[in-house]
Amino acid sequence: MTTFNLNGRPLTIDAADDTPLLWVIRDLAGMKGTKFGCGIGMCGACTVHLNGRAVRSCITPLAAVADASIITIEGLDPQGQHPLQKAWIETQTPQCGYCQSGQIMQAATLIKDYPNPTDADIDAVMNGNLCRCMAYVRIRKAIKLAAAEMQGAAAHE
Amino acid sequence: MNKFAKYQDQAVPAGLMSRRGFLIGAAGTGFTLAFAGAGLVLADPATAVAQHAFEPTIWYHIDQDGIVTVNIIRAEMGQHVGTALARIVADELEVKWESVRLDYVDTDPKWGLMVTGGSWSVWQSFPYLSQAGAAGRIALIEEGAKLLRVGKDACVARDGMITAGHKSISYGDIVRKGNLTRSYSADQLKAMPLKKPADRRLIGVPTKAIDIPGKTNGTARYGLDAEVAGMVYARPKLPPTRNGCSVTSIDDSAAKGVKGYIKSVALDDPSGTVPGWVVVYADSFTAANHAADKVKVVWATGEAAKVSEKDILDHGAKLIDDPKGGSLVVADEGVEQAFAAAKTTLERSYTTSTVLHFQLEPVNALAFEKDGIWEIHTGNQWQSLILPTLAKALGVGEDKVVLRTYLLGGGFGRRLNGDYSVPAALASKAIGKPVKLVFTRPDDVHFDSPRSASVQRLRMAFGEGGKVLGMEHHATAGWPTQVMIPVFMPKGKNGEPYDPFSISGADHWYTVGAHRVRAISNDLANNTFRPGWLRSVGPGWTNWALESFMDEAAHAAGIDPVAFRLGLLDAQGKNAGTAPNATGGAARMAHVLKRAAEKAGWGGTLPQDTGIGVATTFGQERDMPTWCACVARVKVDRATGVVKLEKLTLVVDAGTLVHPDGALAQTEGAALWGVSMALHEGTEFVNGQVKDSNLNTYTPLRMRDVPELDIEFVQSTEVPVGLGEPGTTVVGPAIGNAIFAAVGARLRHIPIRPADVLLALKGEPAKGV
Repeated sequence: MTTFNLNGRPLTIDAADDTPLLWVIRDLAGMKGTKFGCGIGMCGACTVHLNGRAVRSCITPLAAVADASIITIEGLDPQGQHPLQKAWIETQTPQCGYCQSGQIMQAATLIKDYPNPTDADIDAVMNGNLCRCMAYVRIRKAIKLAAAEMQGAAAHE
Repeated sequence: MNKFAKYQDQAVPAGLMSRRGFLIGAAGTGFTLAFAGAGLVLADPATAVAQHAFEPTIWYHIDQDGIVTVNIIRAEMGQHVGTALARIVADELEVKWESVRLDYVDTDPKWGLMVTGGSWSVWQSFPYLSQAGAAGRIALIEEGAKLLRVGKDACVARDGMITAGHKSISYGDIVRKGNLTRSYSADQLKAMPLKKPADRRLIGVPTKAIDIPGKTNGTARYGLDAEVAGMVYARPKLPPTRNGCSVTSIDDSAAKGVKGYIKSVALDDPSGTVPGWVVVYADSFTAANHAADKVKVVWATGEAAKVSEKDILDHGAKLIDDPKGGSLVVADEGVEQAFAAAKTTLERSYTTSTVLHFQLEPVNALAFEKDGIWEIHTGNQWQSLILPTLAKALGVGEDKVVLRTYLLGGGFGRRLNGDYSVPAALASKAIGKPVKLVFTRPDDVHFDSPRSASVQRLRMAFGEGGKVLGMEHHATAGWPTQVMIPVFMPKGKNGEPYDPFSISGADHWYTVGAHRVRAISNDLANNTFRPGWLRSVGPGWTNWALESFMDEAAHAAGIDPVAFRLGLLDAQGKNAGTAPNATGGAARMAHVLKRAAEKAGWGGTLPQDTGIGVATTFGQERDMPTWCACVARVKVDRATGVVKLEKLTLVVDAGTLVHPDGALAQTEGAALWGVSMALHEGTEFVNGQVKDSNLNTYTPLRMRDVPELDIEFVQSTEVPVGLGEPGTTVVGPAIGNAIFAAVGARLRHIPIRPADVLLALKGEPAKGV
C-alpha cells in the first residue's frame, strides 16, 4: 500500500513498490493525459510534477512517491487555463499532441525556475522532451509567450 | 490517390463524383447530405437516407439547432485534417465556423476507401466536399425562400442564415420547418455553382484547429488510452526477425513468479502477419511487461537472421549493375545515343540508411468480440488495407470487423500498415477476453516497418557549353507496396510492375533531353524485413540523390547551381504542366527556386567554412506537384566534421491553402523531419534486426539543434495540393549541397555523420554504413 496525493486528492494504491508511477496514474488512477513513449526517461512524454519538480513517471517507482504530491497535466490548472496551456493554443503548438502533456509539464517548471527564459535556457531544459512531429519552433514560442504573460501578471500584482 | 484510382477498383471518394448523385434527406431530427449511387438518385431520397437503403457516403448532417456535423474519414495525426476538411464544406455551405462539429468515424463500407497518407487528404477531398457544401447551400436557399415567401434569387446564404432584404431565417429553423428533401444527379452536382475564390470566407482564412485544445489538457484520446471492462493486458514477445521465424519452445517458469501473470501463448496466425509471435498475458501492463522479460522462447530462425545493412546496400548496387532488371518508369527514346554523343558524362551513386518511424505513441491495440463483431480500438491510417487481413486472421467475414477511431500519437506512415492490430485480435481470440496489447518502445521499433536503405546511380550526358543531352536515374530499395499491397503496383514501360511510392521524385520536371528512370525492388530488403512507407516515402531518397546530383552536375558544367536548375526548368514539352493539378508546370518550380534564392541571399559572401546550398522538390507525385525550393545555410567544423545547420529558407507553392496555419505547421514539421533524417537519425540492420531500439542510441532532432526557419508560401488560387511531406524531401540535399559550398566536401550518403564529413574533406568517399 502506497499513499500519495494526486492532483490534490489523497490516493492509496495497492501495487508493487517498483510499479512505475506512469502506469499507476494511467491504469489505476485512470488519468490518461500522461503518456508512455520510451519507458527509459528519454522522451519526456510521461513528465509529471513530484513535489513541484518535473520527473519522468515511467522510471519513477511507486515507492518513491509515498506521501508526495503528484501533479499531472489534468491537475496543472483546474480549468486547463494555465498560461502555458493558453499559449499552446494561441501558438497552435500541438500537432499529433502525444508529447504535449509532457512538454507543458516540463515547461511549467522551466518558467518557475527561469521566469524570463532565454533560448539557451529553453534549449537546456526542453532538450529532454522529444517532439516527433517536430513542433519545436512553436513550443519555444509558446513558452516565451506564457512567460511574458506571467511576467505581466506578476508586474500587476 | 490518383495512383489508387488508376490501378485498382476500390471505391475512391474522388471517383464518386463522376458516377454518383447527391441526396439530402431527413434523418433523425435533422437532414443528412449524402452522395449516393446513381441509380438511387431518382428514388425517394428521404426514405433512402432514413433506411440507409442505398450505398451511402454521408458527409455531413445539419440538426435543428443549425449545428453542422462533418464526418471525417481521415486519421487525425497532427495535420489538423478535420479542421481543413470541415472548412471546405462550411465555406460552400455558408455556415458559421462556430456551428461546425467534427465526427471522426469508425470503419464502415459506406465510406469507401479509408486511407490517410500521401499528403492527399485536402487535395483529394476538395472537389467533392466543395460540391457537397454547395448542394446544401442551394437546397437551404430554395427552402428558405419558400418559408420566407420570397423568390430564391432574392436570398443570400451567410453565417447559417438565409436572408432576403429585412427577412431572414436560420438554417436550424429551415431544418425544423421546411422540407429539405432533394436529389441531384451526377451532372447537376457537377454543375453546382461553387463560390469564387474571392468570395471564400473560411478557406485561406486564419483559424484555430479544432483538435488542439484537447491536446493541452489531457483530454485528447489516443489508441493507447482505450479501455473496456474485463480486459486483460498483453505484451508481445517478438521473434528475432520480422520474417521466417517459428516458435520452438516456450518456458514461462520464471514468469510464474510475477504477480498478475496469466499465461503465454504462441499465436496461430492464418494471415501470416506475425509468424513466430508469443503473447504474454497479465492483469496489468506492468505485470505483462515484467513477465515477458522472464518468459524464455526459443525460435527457429530463417535466412533473414544473417542479413545486415551492408548486405542490403551491396545487393542493391549489384541489382543496379544488371541493366536488364527492374521497371522502366521513364523511358524516352535516344538515351544511348545521347550518352554516345556526349562531350562529357557524369556518374554518381548515392545511398541512404534505414530509418525508423519512431512515432511517439508505440503501436498498440485493444481487441474484443462483442455480439459477433470484432472491435479493434486503435489509431490507424489505412483501415481499408488492414481490415481484410484482420478478417483473415480471425477467420471471419470483413463485415464482422470494425476499427474504432482514435487520435494517432504520430502517424508518419507507420500506421498505414496496421499489422500491430493483428496480434491484438489473435491474442483476444486465443484467451476469449478483451485484450489490450501494448508494445514497449523496443517492441515497437523491432516491429517497425522502417524506411528501407536505398542505393541509386545517376548519369548525365553533357554537350557543348554544359547543355544537358540525357539523364539516367536507377534506384533500388525495399518496396513497401510490393510487400503489403502488390495490386497497387502499375507496370512500367517495359511491362514490369513497380512501386510508384518508391520511385516517385525521379520523374522530375527538369528538361534533360533523353530521360530514363529505372526502379528496382531490393528483394533482399523485402525478405529481411517489412519495408514501410515513411513520411515522404520514395522522394525521401530519390530527391536526396537527384538534387545532390543536380548540384554536382552544375559544378561539372561550370554553371551556378541555381542558374543550372533554372536553365532546365523551361516548362516545355512534358514539363509544361496540365490543368488542373499541375497548371504552370516547371515554371512554378522556377518561381519558387528564384524566390528562395533571393530570400536567402544567394550569391552573397559568407563567413569562413559557411555555405549555402539549394534544392527543389515537386513533392510526392507529378500528378499532384507541390512546388518547393529550399536553401540551407551550414557552418562546418573542419576539425570535428560537425555540421551546424544555421538556417533553412523554404518557398512553397501548394496552390490554395485551406488552413494556412496548418499548412505552415506541416511545412515546419516536414522540414525538420528532413533535417533529422539528414543529420541526426538513421539506423542499420545487424543480423536481421535494426541496431537501435530506443532513444539511448536513436537520436532524432531535438530542441537544441533546431535551425532558424524562414518559410514562405506563394499566394495562389490553384488546386490545393499536399503539404505533409514535400518539406521533408528538399532539406537533405540542400544541406549536402551547402556542406559542399562551405568546405568542398561532397556527401553522398544520409545520414551525414561527422566522420563522413572528415572523410569527404580528405576527398575519400563516405563509408555509408
